[in-house]
Amino acid sequence: MTKTTSASWLKSRWHLFKESYLFYSFRTDLVAMTSMAIFVLFVGSAILAPLISPYDPYDLASLDIMDSEIPPAWSEEGEDRFLLGTDAQGRDMLSSIFYGMRTSLLIGLCAVALQATLGIVFGLLAGYLGGRIDSFLMRSADVQLSFSTMMVAIVLLAIFQAAFGTERYNDMAILMLVMVIGIAEWPQYARTVRASVLAEQEKEYVDAARVLGYPTHRIMFRHILPNTLSPVMVISTVQVANAIMSEAALSFLGLGMPVTQPSLGSLISSGFEYIWSGSWWITVIPGVVLIILVLVINLLGDWLRDVLNPKLYKG
Amino acid sequence: MIAFLLKRIWQALIVMFVISILSFAIQDNLGDPLREMVGQSVSEAERQALRDELGLNDPFVAQYLRFAKNALQGDLGTSYFFKEPALDVILKKMPATIELVIFASIIIILFSVPLGVYSAIKPKSLGTKFIMGFSIVGISVPVFLTAIGLIYLFSIELGWMPSFGRGDTVVILGFWDSGLVTLDGLHHIILPGITLASIMLPLFIRLIRSEMMEVLQSEYVKFARARGLNLNRIYFLHALKNTMLPVITVGGVQIGTMVAYTILTETVFQWPGMGFLFLEAVNRVDTPLIVAYLIIVGAIFVVTNTVVDLIYGLVNPTVNLFKQAK
Repeated sequence: MTKTTSASWLKSRWHLFKESYLFYSFRTDLVAMTSMAIFVLFVGSAILAPLISPYDPYDLASLDIMDSEIPPAWSEEGEDRFLLGTDAQGRDMLSSIFYGMRTSLLIGLCAVALQATLGIVFGLLAGYLGGRIDSFLMRSADVQLSFSTMMVAIVLLAIFQAAFGTERYNDMAILMLVMVIGIAEWPQYARTVRASVLAEQEKEYVDAARVLGYPTHRIMFRHILPNTLSPVMVISTVQVANAIMSEAALSFLGLGMPVTQPSLGSLISSGFEYIWSGSWWITVIPGVVLIILVLVINLLGDWLRDVLNPKLYKG
Repeated sequence: MIAFLLKRIWQALIVMFVISILSFAIQDNLGDPLREMVGQSVSEAERQALRDELGLNDPFVAQYLRFAKNALQGDLGTSYFFKEPALDVILKKMPATIELVIFASIIIILFSVPLGVYSAIKPKSLGTKFIMGFSIVGISVPVFLTAIGLIYLFSIELGWMPSFGRGDTVVILGFWDSGLVTLDGLHHIILPGITLASIMLPLFIRLIRSEMMEVLQSEYVKFARARGLNLNRIYFLHALKNTMLPVITVGGVQIGTMVAYTILTETVFQWPGMGFLFLEAVNRVDTPLIVAYLIIVGAIFVVTNTVVDLIYGLVNPTVNLFKQAK
């Protein structure tokens, strides 16, 4: 019984979505569709990495030093076994890239989830409660924004690394990156959510909810929050792209993922010294993948902003 | 005005205070100064005596006050690696970083203003589509990849540009070690400068474009057009003036961001500046040097932000300084 109702609910929701302006503008926008297709392809291959990679890049036993620095299959000295060539340890680049994308996307999405949670909660509190809480939270946001994320992240990670030692640090690199990137960027969300809350709470439905005697937290999270979500969605796409780039930059500096458990950034970093000897593919291929990944997310963000057209907080 | 000034300076002092406490906490917890001084071969009793003598067993607040007093007098400790005062080591590297930032800023200003204005005036033209396409690609390319790409193309394949270092430098004004006045130095700064500029350039083009488009919709521009004034005069004299207001604020904040990105740029190009030095200090766990870097860069951030706020208040007549000062 419940199953059929939920199925029909889903069906009607799908129907609503199919008829919506959002979906219509998506269908008619070639750039958005292409970007989405590439993004889905990348996410899919990242999720399925253990199934579709021809080799396991974490398995040191399968590496053969004789296979090192083989160029991609389409060049003259390439071999068909390794479609995108191998790195200096003889690791298959294609598999490394699948796994690297998995790590990069995981860190990017988790970091943005953390940013969004912190930012939405603080933004709601600041906007709805006002007064001292508001001015304290917004002052902190100002101070935090005046220091660039990159700076804060580099400094914090550098100190953690020096304090814990490289070995132990490598074990918890993912957690550290998520925490640092997540905490450094919450003001972006908090400011936008606060601005929308200020606009929303003047409206009559909020007054109605208040008159009905609903508790404050219910009004904040059930009534106001859903109406502030469209700017949050727009920021989130751009933030995912930024988080992936920050992670790559930090890994490139040696403050992020270790080479044994590479993300796209550490793959690029580990190949950097070999471009002088002509092995360009170790750096260039993961670099191109990273650029395309970030580019399609940014393009999707642009499209979403044009369609939803929210009032973003202007600094 | 005075109240606004005092308030901003008060805020800046609070932020500096927080930075100094954080830096001190790092110094207190990272590494062991005794091991750096005496090595492993000293007995535990002697260590304790030395700890007492150096005041390492004092309460946190007492130690912090001593640290702050020394820091205010310009003494941020001695670098473990260079065996020189940490402040001197950093100050010696500072000109390289500042020149890089200045060079990049010049590139940004030279390109972002004309391109941004052009794409706002002619929003439908092919050139604008090209500029906007370039800018979204530019935003999506991480800075270290720009650097690697430039090195690969211009240093390895074409061999036109040097890939690392600063080249010849000359001491000017008695203390400033400059690479901008020699031909070799200029040759070396081109690639790192372009790299650093490439982060901010797309951002500024988009910002100038959107602000300019907003200004072009305003009544006074329409009125100026209706009066039949020369279009170039309207665009560059009337509209651009009001476009640049928000650009100043954003630009000032981005100077701080550029200092952060010098760490990346300097690492790729082995540019002998503060950022490169900082990463080396981290790898060597050279705590006094790390702390000195944090305090100096923190100070740069705080000073630029304060100055930008003040300039904005002065330039923009609609900012009510007295109201903000409440």
